[in-house]
Amino acid sequence: MKPAPFVYHRPATLEEAFDLLERYGPEGRILAGGQSLLPALNMRLATPAAVIDINRLPGLGAIRLAPEGLVIGALARQDAVERSPVMAQSAPLIAQAMPHVGHLATRTRGTFGGSLAQADPAAELPACVVALQATMRVARRAGTQEIPAAQFFRGIYTTALAPGEILIEVAVPPIAPGWRSVFDELARRHGDYALVGLAAHCRVSDGAVADARLVFTGVGLAPVRASRTEAVVSGRRLDPGVLAEAGRALEGDLDPPADVHASTALRRHLARALLTRVLTRLVGN
Amino acid sequence: MSEEARSAGARITEGESYIGKSVVRPQTARLLAGRGVFTDDIKLPRMTHVAFLRSSHAHARIVSIDAGAAKALPGVVAVIAGEEMARVCGGWVGTLAHFKGMKSAKQYPLAIGRATWQGEPVVAVVAESRAVAEDAVARIAVEWDPLPAVTDPETALDPSTPVIHPELGDNLAFELELTSGDVDRAFREADAVYSDTFWMGRHTGVTLEARTILADFDLSEQRLTVYHSFQAPNMMQDILARHLRIPEHNVRVITKDVGGSFGIKVHIYPDEMAACALAVMLGRPVKFVADRFESFLSDIHARDHRVKAEVAVKRDGTILGMKVDDLTGIGPYSVYPRTSAVEGNQTVRLTPCGYKFRDYAASLKVVLQNKTPMCQYRAVGHPIAFAVMEGMVDRVARELQLDPVEVRRKNYITRDMYPYTSPTGYFFERLSHEEALDRLLEISDYPALCAERDTLRSRGIYRGLGLCTFIELTTPGPAFYGVGGARISSQDGCTIKLEPTGKLICMTGVTEQGQGTDTMIAQVVATAMGVPLDDVRVLTGDTMVTPYGGGTWASRGAGIGGEAALLAGKALKENVLKVAAAILACEPMDLDLRRGRIVDAGTGEVRLDLGELGRIAYFRPDTLPKDFQPELAVTRHYVPRHQGFAFTNGIQLSHVEVDVDTGFVRLLKHWAVEDCGRIINPRLVDEQVRGAVVQGIGAALFEHCVYDEQGQLLTGTMGDYLVPMAAEMPEIVVDHVQTPTLFAEGGFKGAGEAGVAGAPGAVLNAVNDALAPFNARVTRQPITPDVILKALDKL
Amino acid sequence: MDTSLEISLTVNGVPVRRRVEPRLSLVDFLRYELELTGSHVGCEHGVCGACTVRVDGELVRGCLMLAVQADGCRVETIEGVAGTGEIFDLQQAFAEENALQCGACTPGLLLTAQEILRRNPRVDEAEIRRGLSGNYCRCTGYHAIVQAIRKAGAGRAGGTR
Repeated sequence: MKPAPFVYHRPATLEEAFDLLERYGPEGRILAGGQSLLPALNMRLATPAAVIDINRLPGLGAIRLAPEGLVIGALARQDAVERSPVMAQSAPLIAQAMPHVGHLATRTRGTFGGSLAQADPAAELPACVVALQATMRVARRAGTQEIPAAQFFRGIYTTALAPGEILIEVAVPPIAPGWRSVFDELARRHGDYALVGLAAHCRVSDGAVADARLVFTGVGLAPVRASRTEAVVSGRRLDPGVLAEAGRALEGDLDPPADVHASTALRRHLARALLTRVLTRLVGN
Repeated sequence: MSEEARSAGARITEGESYIGKSVVRPQTARLLAGRGVFTDDIKLPRMTHVAFLRSSHAHARIVSIDAGAAKALPGVVAVIAGEEMARVCGGWVGTLAHFKGMKSAKQYPLAIGRATWQGEPVVAVVAESRAVAEDAVARIAVEWDPLPAVTDPETALDPSTPVIHPELGDNLAFELELTSGDVDRAFREADAVYSDTFWMGRHTGVTLEARTILADFDLSEQRLTVYHSFQAPNMMQDILARHLRIPEHNVRVITKDVGGSFGIKVHIYPDEMAACALAVMLGRPVKFVADRFESFLSDIHARDHRVKAEVAVKRDGTILGMKVDDLTGIGPYSVYPRTSAVEGNQTVRLTPCGYKFRDYAASLKVVLQNKTPMCQYRAVGHPIAFAVMEGMVDRVARELQLDPVEVRRKNYITRDMYPYTSPTGYFFERLSHEEALDRLLEISDYPALCAERDTLRSRGIYRGLGLCTFIELTTPGPAFYGVGGARISSQDGCTIKLEPTGKLICMTGVTEQGQGTDTMIAQVVATAMGVPLDDVRVLTGDTMVTPYGGGTWASRGAGIGGEAALLAGKALKENVLKVAAAILACEPMDLDLRRGRIVDAGTGEVRLDLGELGRIAYFRPDTLPKDFQPELAVTRHYVPRHQGFAFTNGIQLSHVEVDVDTGFVRLLKHWAVEDCGRIINPRLVDEQVRGAVVQGIGAALFEHCVYDEQGQLLTGTMGDYLVPMAAEMPEIVVDHVQTPTLFAEGGFKGAGEAGVAGAPGAVLNAVNDALAPFNARVTRQPITPDVILKALDKL
Repeated sequence: MDTSLEISLTVNGVPVRRRVEPRLSLVDFLRYELELTGSHVGCEHGVCGACTVRVDGELVRGCLMLAVQADGCRVETIEGVAGTGEIFDLQQAFAEENALQCGACTPGLLLTAQEILRRNPRVDEAEIRRGLSGNYCRCTGYHAIVQAIRKAGAGRAGGTR
């Protein structure tokens, strides 16, 4: 299980990176943390002509509080994000999700931005940034543009990133008063990709869900926002009847794919169980 | 056993005995420092690497192979396909004569004309590096003509199903009908009859160190040296000699550190035979390291049984009789040389063996499939047999509203019934079901757990307790393979030599794969000799050096290798005392060897240091009487002759919580009580049991080789094939009953299978206990959320 | 086309300079170029943890990093970490608890255990198990490994738990 040969480049600046992306086009692959790309290379599922290692681009690893919110550099290691003291305060959803992202020795290397740009349909972080309505900052030669997280994830391993573009940072807006976050997932083993995961970010008022953002992972081609379900729960107290109604609404929100780990029916069922669990926790404390 | 032997046997447990002591394995020091030497760590001059083009189809005709581009790649040494390889290495047929009617087709190192499972090696590429070999494999163009794949055991024998090997006439590799007593009468006289169908998924060993072999052929001396991650080096030596037509004494197989085996590394694999043949063809060392893709597609798989079981019972829970119908789908070939019939055979023979009912009928069919070959993996047949038997016992208890503990007690073979021969022909010298059960109930505080379970149920928390009684086949004699014609040694030798400084070097035919074989052997030798443990160094796994033996599998290390070491140690001690008597001019019977020193047998007064004895014997024998020759190296052999196997027994208890919303199972705790006879090293036995329990839990809940209808493996990576990891595994409490065998002086039996034998049944029963309030029950492993939710009618 | 690159790094404190193919993984580089065979290769797709090493003090999977990426870095393997005495207590606890059988997973587990204890010597059993969730051991069933790490942790925390 050895990779096919490739050329390796390690640009020192974004400009150099743009040059290389232009030079190789679709034959060039960006290497960030490598925790998804390297297995694909080893298995020869990916056989790019060139690997463009952006790990040493300066200034992309910071985690900082800015006026527009919490800004997480694309090259911030997942482990650094997990351990960042500002995370629990400024992005508790991400703080809760982080321990589920792989394992200790993959989080030390895997990057925050890499996980997003990889857009694995079962990954935790894409669902989180969608639920938090984060902004993805994307650099290209012409300058930087911002893409709302909800528009960033387009399909399996597919994002809004155009050829020649690099995700450089993610801005998470400040948490408004009354908003609460719960992340949870159902995985057979700790650290596995989830059979289903739910990133919930909701405004809870007087024991009821006032505004809901419910984003599922592992049940679609990309993070799935459960808008029908959100509509059912919004503004209501979560008694068993509402939870049951929400579960039925979820049927219309999700069309999960089947794979060797779970059938469509199982994923639907688990999503519903997880929804009940997460909503109960959300209003419970 | 003679009175004399008994007293000598007793002596090893007294005084300076290391038997029963949890000494630390000295050999772990190198592994903890990164200084182990596994086969892939070895680098030889001019070494090459082989990679294989493997069939991407489960069943396909090979129309043509174009290797031109591969051969042209710089760094490629050779590209070899099936017919060319067959000229150097002839094929084999995996059958044994004592399995009457068994049949299989001839198998070659590389497929010829047709591939019969996804992953079968077709073309070998030898290159300067593994990466270049893989580059070349990617450049080989094979034209395939796909053929229908046989993938469902249930229809394998239907007339409409294609026959995988037309020369065999059908897809039936082996069948067996067993009957004992009058099973029809038992069913007529029963108050109730219960039947169930159990499915045990296909799984595999996933040794962390993948299969690895490095073969080096010296053309000038016609000598083949093979470094092999393997359990049975003498078996490999024999097979390489015969199939590569090299005199046996010119074939040397060396097993260095082995990174897990569990029965995976005891079979003949076509890719490994090809690597050795390539070394002969090329006159250069050839290394093959299976990558993880190759492991999943080519390591033997195991289980994959569908068992229909029916029990006939009295209202009080007495089991009167049982009928079992076992269907298992192996690969396209029975695996050489142990065959793929053993698991089915053991499944149907082991099933009734914990209990005293005599009316039993079993039917077994072993059918061919276009999937990875199946063969013996740890606890062959046991986990299937006892999941079925114990699943049925709990079914009886549930239906008749009886205590599962009492149903077991009522039906056990009791302590007054030994020696006992099972209705399936197995001989039990003495088992300890009742004692083991009592011990288990005590250490687990079973009644308290039951009470807690009942309390929590009313709060919507569903916990379950599952018992699984098992027996374990260990220490096999020649009836296992030898009588069937397989050249697999059932005896083992042990050589001990005294070095001039008084230290001992011990060589044994049993092998070390992490169990602690070398520590266990050293403990026996040090005890038998009367020397400090640190003075014994054990060497295993080198056919040029170590005494001929079977290696380590079927829990034979302690029962056979341990006994040979005991006999050798006693013999060398006798010789040492003769030398001491010659030096000290007294009688050997007046002397003893204790703590590495010659002492007066009566007073214990030190007479001579062992180093001084060595110095005189080796360098100054001129000072000894002229007619005296010191003999300071001895070899003794041992093969069990009094019973076919040394059966052991035990019981496990699993405590689980089932989330009835998600179907997820949380393992709360696990207990195992087993009886492997006299224990040499309690900690090593405990750890054998714990590791095996977790392998059994893997089978029960996680591990599954899933195929689609075309015979494509869908679980070919470690992301998709779920092995048990630390976060989900429970604390495991291990305890023992000790019933030494009296047929061997040491009293040792085996312990390697026990955990796997009982854990799947225990977990199955625990899950079913948790599901009892819903009147739901599962009989399919692995017990995934899907299986549980379907049983609960939620999917 | 020769795509190889020269890299220089320190491995277990020793400066190393080599030309390597870009596709060479860090663990293959350590094992086959430097003959530091204590780091093992178990799956080559980042699941089993057998190849775990340290790069600039951080735990990484040696199969999920290219050797060229370690250019300029400080790499430590089991040979180095064992050699300095840094994990002496863990090695001793592993031996005493028989927290290893075949030893294939052991180097990766020791390095992971060291990181778990470095972050918190008073770590509880559940945290240890989660911390080990990326390291596969087929032989032990993990129980003894957890006990050994607890034992070493208790020693480091001053014997109080």
